[in-house]
Formats: sequence, structure tokens, C-alpha cells
Amino acid sequence: MHALKEIGKYTTLLYQALRSSTEFSTYRKNLFHELVKVGYDSVPIIILVGIFTGSVMTLQSAYQLEFAFIPLSTIGAIVSESILIELAAVISGLVLAGKVGARVATELGTMRVSEQIDALESMGFNSVSFLVVPRVLAGILMFPVLYIVASIFGIGGGLAAGYFSGTVPPADFLKGARMFFYPWNVVFGFLKSFVFGFIITSVACYKGYYAKGGAEGVGRATTEATVMGCILILLADFILAALLL
Amino acid sequence: MIEIRNLTKSFGNLLVWEDVTFNIEDGDTIAVIGRSGCGKSVLLKHINALLYPDNGEILIDGENIHELDYVSQRRLRQKFGILFQGSALFDSINTYENVAFPLRYFTDLNEEQIREKVMLSLQYVNLEDSAEKETSELSGGMRKRVGLARAIILEPKYIMYDEPTSGLDPKTAEEINELIIAMAERLNVTSIVITHDMHSVLQVADKVAFLDQQKLSWFGTLEEMKSSNQPDLIDFITASEYQIKSKQYT
Repeated sequence: MHALKEIGKYTTLLYQALRSSTEFSTYRKNLFHELVKVGYDSVPIIILVGIFTGSVMTLQSAYQLEFAFIPLSTIGAIVSESILIELAAVISGLVLAGKVGARVATELGTMRVSEQIDALESMGFNSVSFLVVPRVLAGILMFPVLYIVASIFGIGGGLAAGYFSGTVPPADFLKGARMFFYPWNVVFGFLKSFVFGFIITSVACYKGYYAKGGAEGVGRATTEATVMGCILILLADFILAALLL
Repeated sequence: MIEIRNLTKSFGNLLVWEDVTFNIEDGDTIAVIGRSGCGKSVLLKHINALLYPDNGEILIDGENIHELDYVSQRRLRQKFGILFQGSALFDSINTYENVAFPLRYFTDLNEEQIREKVMLSLQYVNLEDSAEKETSELSGGMRKRVGLARAIILEPKYIMYDEPTSGLDPKTAEEINELIIAMAERLNVTSIVITHDMHSVLQVADKVAFLDQQKLSWFGTLEEMKSSNQPDLIDFITASEYQIKSKQYT
């Protein structure tokens, strides 16, 4: 019963956000601000995640295939395809559920418990349009961009790790990556990051917007937003894979 | 004029109040008093349609605010300025921007005109020197005054004060009370003051609404209140007077 109520409230908030997305003048300024916060500010962590994911994948693949009589280019194919189809989107999503989701839930939660959202409404603002729409839009628009960054640095990291460890020469790595490259995999990863961006920001907005109970309530909202975001990312990943692959 | 008619509100099984009926005439300063938790702030949020009643209605200049569509409701809300209990300043922007905030979104004024209005508003609350301060640098009293400067920036018809003196030292509370009187006189607004501070009530109010035991227990002018013999009201006033005297000696 409680879960149904939560889903109902979440859906209502999304409906309100969709309806007020036409009020561009209300959230224009906030949208640019959020694009920077969600996108630009997340680039360093995404680069770091990308490089390490690609590096570790290369080293582990090389280790596992050490005694198998298969060409070294296979490692390049495994690493690049895994990154494009799964890891760049999912690992970035999980990291951003913590970084972006927690920030959004904390910001809105603090605004709720300190009556700042009431103040906005009392002035005649549409608080959903002002606060929720730009954050969700920023998630939808910037997560695919971050997916591209994660993919480039993931494959680059894998290539560098193969070269510096002496396990896979760059030429073999790139040969494998090119040989098994399917554009659909990029489209699929792109689509996933789009969905993850929506999930993380909308759940965080929902948890923050309806936070109650002072500092403890904000803490609870932040934790729930992060945990729910991670769970829903994994669930959405499965559903998309089942439907589209 | 604000007409509150047969208003009833519950949260789940908890009845806040029922059948609350009274009018707030234009130009009046009305104090809504009662013990903590009696639903004073809930009443304020009903007047501005931040909350909806279970029964009854609130007419703002003849319009039932809870039955309007969202756009009309927002238009009506702009007749109000609210000073929230915790001031509700936006902590991501400084004092000047907090006060300028409604002007930037609801008017077509240029930067120079905005500056002029913001500085005038800050001057009303004696904070023209603090315009560039971050909100985190402001004291409790200053935050209330900035909240008030923001509340009056769109020249509202009604100003609502939610516990304007709570958490302030007596001297600062006195300054806030003087500001409430000054705003009513200077801007010719109707004021609704939610408080349990009887010292404040005696200073600022023309009329008093006393919420007690889940209902409007008493309503009348300040003079009528002073001579009232209603036991609950007398108890409340006596307890407050004792508190005021205690404060004077500490």
C-alpha cells in the first residue's frame, strides 16, 4: 500500500513536471546552471571511472586469456564492446547516482524543510517548473554526453593499460576494437544513459521535494534517493537489455 | 478582505481545528494566537493555498483560493507577502539577490530599476548596508528583516508573518514589532501575524483570533481581549504575562 502511494506521488510529480515544462522562462536560468553542475562538474569523476574501468578490464582479460590460444586483438574487442554496451553507462550511472542524485535530493530536501519551496510557491512560482524540470532535463541531456566521455576514456584507458603492461600492443587492441564494432551498441549505450539520467534525477527530485522532518529527513531523503537510483538503474539495465538486444 | 468560513482541517486522525470562521478586514492587523501546535501556521498556509482544507472555504477579495485553477491561484498568491518562521531565504544567493528575486521573474524592470526597488526595500528594514552579504553571514534578526524586505518587494496587499519574533532576543523582537507597525502604516497593507508572543500582540494587533482546543475559541479587538473574561484566553494571557515579566528580570 505504501509502495503504491509512493508510485502515485512520484507519477504525479512527473506529470506536473511534464505539464510545466512549457514554462521555459521560469527554469531557463536554472537549466543552464544545472547543465553545468550535472555535466561539466561530473567530467573529472567520469574520466577517472572510465580510465580505471578500461584499464582493469584489459589487465583482467589479458590475465584470463593468458593461456588461451586466441589473438591478442580479442582483448581489444572484449574491452571496447563491454565498455560501449554496458560499463560506460552502468558504472557511470551508479557513480552519478551518488554524486548527482545525492546533491539534488539534498538541495531540494533542504529547501523543503527550511520552507524555501513554500516561499517560492507563496510568491506565485511554480516550484516544480522552477526546481524539478531543469534538474531532470539536465540529467536527460548531460548523461549521454557523460556516456561518450566515459566510453572514450574507458577505451583509451584499456589501450594504455595494455601498452604499459606489455600485455596487448596498441595495434592489436585497436584492431580488435574496430573488428567487432557495431554502431547499434553505441546507440544502445546512449539510450541507456538517457534513461539512467532520467531515473537518477527524477527519483532524487521526488525524494528531495517531499522530504520532511528537518536534518534527519534530508539525510533520509538523500540516502533513499541514492539507493533507489542504484536499484532502478540495475533494473532498467536488465529491462533494456531484455527488450532491445 | 479575507473571509474564512467554516474551515476544518485534519492530518490523518489528528484534528487540527474545525469550523473556524472569521473575517480579516482591509487595513487591519490581526494576530492569530494560541499554544504551540494549535495550528496557527497551518491556518496561514491555508490562506495562501499552500495547504487545502477538509471543509470550508477561504475567500480572498471574494475569490475562493482553493477552487481556482493553478494559474489564477498563482495570480492571487502574488497579493501576499509572507515572512516565514525561519525566514526561508534562498541560501544559494546573497541578500540583494534574495530581495530582487521576485522582481526578476515577475516584472520587466531593468537592472537599475530593480536596484532602486531592492535598496528601498532594504532601507525600510534598515539593512541597506548588508545588501552584498551572504545569507549565512546574517543574524537571526537580520534574516527576518531580509525576509520581510523580500515579502514587500512586489507591494503586496496582504503581509503574513509566521512567528516573526520567535527565537529573537527581546531587543531584536522589539525592532521586528516596530517594523510590522511601520509596514502597515507606510505600505497600507493588511497584516496577519501568527504568534504566541503576547508582548508582540499587544504592540501590533488591532484584532485577535485565539485558536484553542481545535477551534476558534475567541475573536475580537485588542481592547475587547483585554477586558475579556473567557477562562482559556485569560489563562493564555496570564501565562504569557508571567513569561514577559520573567524575561524582564533575567
